[in-house]
Amino acid sequence: MRLFEFEAKDAFRRVGLPLPRGQLAQTPDEAEKAATELACPVVIKVQILAGGRGKAGGIKPADSPKEARKVAEQLLGATIRGCTVRQVLVEERLTIAQEIYLGITVDRARRRPVAICSAMGGVDIEQVAEQHPEKIARILLDPVLGLREFEARKLAKTAGFKGQAFLQIAALTMQLWKVFVENDAELTEINPLVVTSDGRFVAADARLNVDDSSLFRHKALAERVDAGVSEQTELEQRAARSGMTYVELDGNIGIIGNGAGLVMATMDAVQYYGGTPANFLDVGGGATADRMTQALSIVLSHPAVKAVFINILGGITRCDEMARGIVDAQKSLPRKAPIVIRMIGTREKEGADILRTAKIPFLDTMDAAARLAVQEAKRSKAK
Amino acid sequence: MTVLVGKNTGVLVQGITGREGQFHTQAMREYGTRILAGTSPGKGGTQEQTIPVFDSVLDAKEQFPAIDASIIFVPARFAPDAVYEALDAKLKVIVVITEHIALHDEMRFVELAREQGSYIIGPNTPGIITPGQCKLGIMPSHVFKPGRIGLASRSGTLTYEMASSLTKAGLGQSTAIGLGGDPIVGMSFVDALELFEKDKDTDAIVLIGEIGGSAEEEAAEYIKTHVSKPVIAYIAGRTAPAGKRMGHAGAIISGKTGTADSKITALRDAGATVIDRPIDVDQALRKRL
Repeated sequence: MRLFEFEAKDAFRRVGLPLPRGQLAQTPDEAEKAATELACPVVIKVQILAGGRGKAGGIKPADSPKEARKVAEQLLGATIRGCTVRQVLVEERLTIAQEIYLGITVDRARRRPVAICSAMGGVDIEQVAEQHPEKIARILLDPVLGLREFEARKLAKTAGFKGQAFLQIAALTMQLWKVFVENDAELTEINPLVVTSDGRFVAADARLNVDDSSLFRHKALAERVDAGVSEQTELEQRAARSGMTYVELDGNIGIIGNGAGLVMATMDAVQYYGGTPANFLDVGGGATADRMTQALSIVLSHPAVKAVFINILGGITRCDEMARGIVDAQKSLPRKAPIVIRMIGTREKEGADILRTAKIPFLDTMDAAARLAVQEAKRSKAK
Repeated sequence: MTVLVGKNTGVLVQGITGREGQFHTQAMREYGTRILAGTSPGKGGTQEQTIPVFDSVLDAKEQFPAIDASIIFVPARFAPDAVYEALDAKLKVIVVITEHIALHDEMRFVELAREQGSYIIGPNTPGIITPGQCKLGIMPSHVFKPGRIGLASRSGTLTYEMASSLTKAGLGQSTAIGLGGDPIVGMSFVDALELFEKDKDTDAIVLIGEIGGSAEEEAAEYIKTHVSKPVIAYIAGRTAPAGKRMGHAGAIISGKTGTADSKITALRDAGATVIDRPIDVDQALRKRL
């Protein structure tokens, strides 16, 4: 999960990383008060769970408390990158001498954490990596031993820093490692790490993505997600609450299956036969009838869906449960669309009987079903 | 001999008294897997389906020195400790069925396993099966038949889909390995390729990959220089958008890395046959064998 900048900065503060002075504001009043107390030119930054907010107009300067109020009035309640702005961070405006990139993430291929530093900060690091790979220093770390100080120094040196800056960057990297470990981070980065004109090092921005599977160790974050504050859409959250994964796409054939790989393959099969998938929905292993009913309800909530393709390959998931869920959904859901079913595996006969009794047709190969789903979507009048 | 597990493999079930542990222990035993013991801290001295239960892996190993593999059905929060315990007892093959284990824990135990030369299969895997001999997992066994095709996959249900296509076409499997759907897993495609290439009971290898990470690109590099047997590959997620997790924690395109196109191109360049649909596996294999 992605953290808000202010949450990431709270985590940075706990390990002593240097931050700009600043305050969170939820109203124009609070923004004005924050700027008054800071008593200097400020920047006002929207707090949203999406990247690229600077380019989208979500970061603005203000020279006086009055102007801070005005800017906050504009930003609060606005929609930026698809998110409604509910809070802004009012911070001292830094006078920038240099911008550095410092980050720690996971190198999947090497199965290890990797620390990354570049003197070319303040821009998209992936772009720097592409255009100037020589400007990026990377050090693979041992996940058991953790980052050691000599490695942090090696990183700073490789990135081209000398003297005081070299020692400073090494020390900051050690602190960032603490953030990485203590928060079960997938990624944490300071971009830019600003060197001010009076020589201070300050983490102007903060990014922290926490591993969803570690939330049992991070209660406050788990509670925030439970309260519905996350980067997921409403339908995605609804699916997650029922133990399923839903991702909205831009086509018109709803897709439901058991197992992530199978669902992706089902989407691909639909495209192979000339259709376009409207979503990805994995009901997970060992799903119950009720979960299948929920799944259909979620998929049909998306107005673009003209037909639904359900692909069940029963292992620990039982075909009779899935069939029962489909029959229940047909009875109870207000919105109808043609449903194409492919169902084989555990309790196939029992499942087939349930569908036959309800007069719902089904097939036994993914390809035949994909072809049929594409035809059904083309002639469907579902609204 | 087939790969990693066979009829003589002595198996320990960690978390044998839990709901999943009980259910799959019975299924594995019915399949013919040689299950010697189970563990469940606090329940040492009892039995589960006449299988002796111990408090610790070392206790079990002392009583049954023939234990060389473990399968773990322990809930995510406690699973890392179970893996460390299996590693401490120097077990050679450790299958981690558990889903949603924290990433940092996975990095640590995968690192330790590499250092001591143990194979961790998973986490978040359906397991490994050598048809007709040993099932160390939760897969529906009827779709697998003994034969000479090696199978390695990042997806559970797609493994069943592919195995069932192969079986229907009369092509049995030497061993099928589920690598697991997490961003960090123990055994990789490269490890599986190395084992299948060496195995005299395997004639060809089928890889089932998906978007996210670069495991397939690494497999392609390895195939170029080390694999003489035919390789057929299928990649799921051609229609998946960037930046979204497609069910598996590891199935995500980040920036420009992890796309299906990149994987397909790399594998084709390495001489593998990349198929568009799982059902094409039969024809593709017959052309190459």
